[in-house]
Amino acid sequence: MLALPPASQPAARRQVFVGTAVAGAAGFMLIGGMMATWLKFRADAPVRESLKRGFIKDWMPDKIVVPEIAANMMLLGLFVICIMAQWAVYSAKRNDRTHTGLALGVTALLALASINAQIAIWTQMGVGANDGAFHSMFYAATGTMTALLLSGFVYTAVAAFRYLGGRTKEVELVSAHALYWYFLTAAFCAVWFVIYVQK
Amino acid sequence: MTSIETHLPTDVSASTPTIATWLTTADHKKVGRLFIGTSFVGLVVGLVLAILVTFERINADSYQILSDNSVPQVLAAVRLLLTFGTVVPLLLGLAIAVVPLQLGARSNAFPRLAAAGFWTWLTGLGLALASIIGNGGPKGGNSNLVDLYLSGSIVLGFGVLMAATSIAVSVLTTRAPGMGILRAPLFTWSSLVGSLALILTMPVLIGTTVYVYVDHRYARAGFGGNTGVNQWIGWALSQPFSLLLAIPALGIVLDVVPTIGRTRLAQRSVAFGAVGVVAVSALATVTQTSITLPWEGAKFFDNAGTKIADLLPFLLLNVVPVLGLLGVLGLSLLILKSSKPVISAPLTFVLIGLLGILLGAAAHIVGLVQDAGLIGSIYEAGVYVPITFGAITIAFGGICYWGPKLWGRSIPDKAATPLALLALLAIGLDSIPYYVAGFADQPTGLVNGFAYSGPQDLWNLLTCAGFVVMLLASIAFVGLALKSFTSGEAAGNDPWDGTSLEWATSSPPPTENFAGVIVVNSATPLADMKSASSTGKVA
Repeated sequence: MLALPPASQPAARRQVFVGTAVAGAAGFMLIGGMMATWLKFRADAPVRESLKRGFIKDWMPDKIVVPEIAANMMLLGLFVICIMAQWAVYSAKRNDRTHTGLALGVTALLALASINAQIAIWTQMGVGANDGAFHSMFYAATGTMTALLLSGFVYTAVAAFRYLGGRTKEVELVSAHALYWYFLTAAFCAVWFVIYVQK
Repeated sequence: MTSIETHLPTDVSASTPTIATWLTTADHKKVGRLFIGTSFVGLVVGLVLAILVTFERINADSYQILSDNSVPQVLAAVRLLLTFGTVVPLLLGLAIAVVPLQLGARSNAFPRLAAAGFWTWLTGLGLALASIIGNGGPKGGNSNLVDLYLSGSIVLGFGVLMAATSIAVSVLTTRAPGMGILRAPLFTWSSLVGSLALILTMPVLIGTTVYVYVDHRYARAGFGGNTGVNQWIGWALSQPFSLLLAIPALGIVLDVVPTIGRTRLAQRSVAFGAVGVVAVSALATVTQTSITLPWEGAKFFDNAGTKIADLLPFLLLNVVPVLGLLGVLGLSLLILKSSKPVISAPLTFVLIGLLGILLGAAAHIVGLVQDAGLIGSIYEAGVYVPITFGAITIAFGGICYWGPKLWGRSIPDKAATPLALLALLAIGLDSIPYYVAGFADQPTGLVNGFAYSGPQDLWNLLTCAGFVVMLLASIAFVGLALKSFTSGEAAGNDPWDGTSLEWATSSPPPTENFAGVIVVNSATPLADMKSASSTGKVA
């Protein structure tokens, strides 16, 4: 095969940023679709009388207590992650390696804390996935969200290793990383409202 | 600005390609050809299974090839192979191979993602098919293999998503300087639209499948166990999703017709709009929602307000896509009328394929009118098959058209054109008899144990013959393509006197596609270069 000498590199068009935006849109459809199915099941559930709350949808069993503090802390943690990720962008644009590294480190720590909070919710609820429709759907939806959070943690780790490894001109990657966390936070807002507030 | 590598080093494929090269390649031309080659296997196997099913329907009481338990699995395998084993990889493969060339790019965006997408898709498809063979799949008797089918579907979905992401980001970020999106070739535009449609719909399929998987694996309380699989994820193997998957094919039509007609597409904005309209309308109804129309004949005017409220979404979501398809057909006919081109294989294939898609989309409208009583009948197959065969036929046209660029050798017109006519025959045989049988209330999803007035054996014999004809046409096309691309006539760099950038490089293109960066000043950059060189001006 003929191998011509490579052409000069055209100006980059924020490929990583656009790719992250596209991946974020796909992730949002994933969570959006799952929440829509959840709401359909909830809407289709028959009405029953609850001792505590009067007539309610027969969807979440009475015995289940959702640990709302952990869920709320997850939400707050994700908001803080957005600030930290944006701080990393701010610092990277000013070529401030120390603060960029610190911001990415805090982002990674909070991401782990969010995943830990989700595991705490599962543990404290103490129900099995095989106990009924609510239970299996709860684990499927929150498990998918946790997988996305884990992907965010990996993204943070990659951005940190590349930036701190010497590629300090890669501001686009740090920006794309922040965008991904914005998407994850928006997605978790939907999960938080539908599953932990509306139930 | 990032310095992330988005292309291979130049020396990687300079040596003779080996199996290891194909297994590890991230060259978009090779990845595209892997998708295309594998899709032919899916097509042939899918058609053989379809022949088995339709043959058994001919005399529903006498022939017993398939056991009653295996029928749902075989039907699912047919749809899976024709949809995600053929149409999706065929069009994705063409897009991955051709779009970067049309963009004037050295490579696609995230080439390793596209390559990983191919292997992920292939793994998922293999797992899903293996589970069906072992009595998994929809209504399967082996619980673990039903789980495998669901997890295979999730893996397959991720593979398609990865490849679609690479295509969409390529179009958005790697266009040659000066090539705005409205100056991009129509196949590039339709690939962008089709990829974005996949990016928006496949995650919904994946999310739903995750629910069904967890429920089937642990609880079996909310999603109907193995019998609920098709109810929840079957929309991805039916219409209007099949129409959404065919959108890149519309771009092939709109690229091939003007080039073969030796003219420029004057109404480019109409063409862009037509493709977009089909996508947006189809996208709105692809998941579990189906907008039907309770017409109630003469009673329509008794409660006109409510009826109009029913009619508007029905028209918007089901009729508008057909208008978009008519727009594509109208533009093609206008070009053909003004240019009077010679009959060639790519032109014949794409026009016949477009007719198939149009036929299926128009029939879909009738099928959703509740008064017709066609919902749940075999009529539904008469909508799915022409759209699917239409997309496949257009892709064959695309291979005839771009094959010389990708392989450096041409498919002879005289040998390929009759195959397009066979495809037309197959589309006719696998649509009209289904419509008649559907109106006669032949149920869908069954291969025996049904009876209705009229020559039911004849209708099912004709549909079986249609699949046989399509199988013969497909095998002949694959054989012809293999022979032509390995030992056929050398094609030259610009065999069709094209106007877009893929024809500006050698056939087959070098590893980095182009020797330099091409600056684009119009929607027909190669025509500009030819014009400039003929007048002695520098482009």
